[in-house]
Amino acid sequence: MGMEQENEYAIEVEDLVVRYGDQTVLDGVSFQIRRGETFVILGGSGHGKSTLLRNLVGLMRPFAGRIRINGQDFTAMSDAGRMEVRKKIGMCFQGSALFNSMSLADNVALPLREHTKLKESTIDIMTRIKLELVGLGGYEDYLPAELSGGMRKRAGLARAMAMDPEIIFYDEPSAGLDPIVAAGIDMLIRKMQSTFNLTSVVVTHEMASVKLIADRVCMLRHGRILAMGTLDELAASDNPFVRQFFERRPDEDQEDRDDYLRALTGGSERTAPGPQEPEDGR
Amino acid sequence: MGLEIDEREGDGAFIVTVSGEVDLYSSPELRRAVTQAVAKRTGTVAVDLRGVQYMDSSGVATLVEGLRAVADTGTGFVLVAPSQPVVKVLQLARLDAVFDIRDRL
Repeated sequence: MGMEQENEYAIEVEDLVVRYGDQTVLDGVSFQIRRGETFVILGGSGHGKSTLLRNLVGLMRPFAGRIRINGQDFTAMSDAGRMEVRKKIGMCFQGSALFNSMSLADNVALPLREHTKLKESTIDIMTRIKLELVGLGGYEDYLPAELSGGMRKRAGLARAMAMDPEIIFYDEPSAGLDPIVAAGIDMLIRKMQSTFNLTSVVVTHEMASVKLIADRVCMLRHGRILAMGTLDELAASDNPFVRQFFERRPDEDQEDRDDYLRALTGGSERTAPGPQEPEDGR
Repeated sequence: MGLEIDEREGDGAFIVTVSGEVDLYSSPELRRAVTQAVAKRTGTVAVDLRGVQYMDSSGVATLVEGLRAVADTGTGFVLVAPSQPVVKVLQLARLDAVFDIRDRL
């Protein structure tokens, strides 16, 4: 994998629309990510972050719109073409997605054995380098089940880095970790970016992580981009929903007292609100 | 840009001059050159890296293989004038102190 520099942008997304049945989950999303940039996709649960990520890595095809990776139209490609592009992409899954029956070394070596013609001796050293990078030197023979949650996250990162990708995607990298371990993962993300000039796309809702790693942030709400810019730009936004997110305020309870009383005493039937109910009039 | 390798003997060493990009797909070529240089046992093996624009971990792993191989032959293994991209990857892998790195041969 070389560092082709003919295109300023590693990723370009244009008018992306994704639907699950009749439900529109992403509705006209557009942005560009520069090479070497750490771009954070922020937003509450159920607003389209994970769906966007699945489309960016090619695990889903959109209903409409275009995704270009290194200038190539990823959405229009054949499966074989997408597989070639995916070799330049690393994916760090939320649950690490390690094979439980394989040692850490075999987990990291797997993509190299599958996709390259490198000698086993070279792969062995590469694997040890990657595990050292994430602070897991000496754990080559351990099984994933023998590790803590933070260590499994780091092992997942080592495997995502196995093929020396140009672009790496992180799905909730610090979710479920204590603040110290989470900060360690954030520093690792930064270190990888600066050393390899990696383009990094991070899906998260952890504001502490965003402050440490983001060059730019895109905030999704109900499948649309609500705001995009540097963290300082978003922090200065007067959009009420951006403010609510940054100030960590819950949705206001606007239920009528009488309705609530009737519901509790069996005087009316309630229906659960849908996850994508528009609250901002769009 | 691809990978270019020049191999020659001189100054009591076997010099492998590398330029371009060393990645997953081109590093086997570097491995071939380094392995052959070590096998000649003509003295120090010097890998000139000033022209390398990009090196990934497969390139670094190949250099580690070379270093390990010379330990068996008793000859030296030197990295000459590594470019900034090479230095950064060596530093990240904490190998900058492991290799004998020189500005010139």
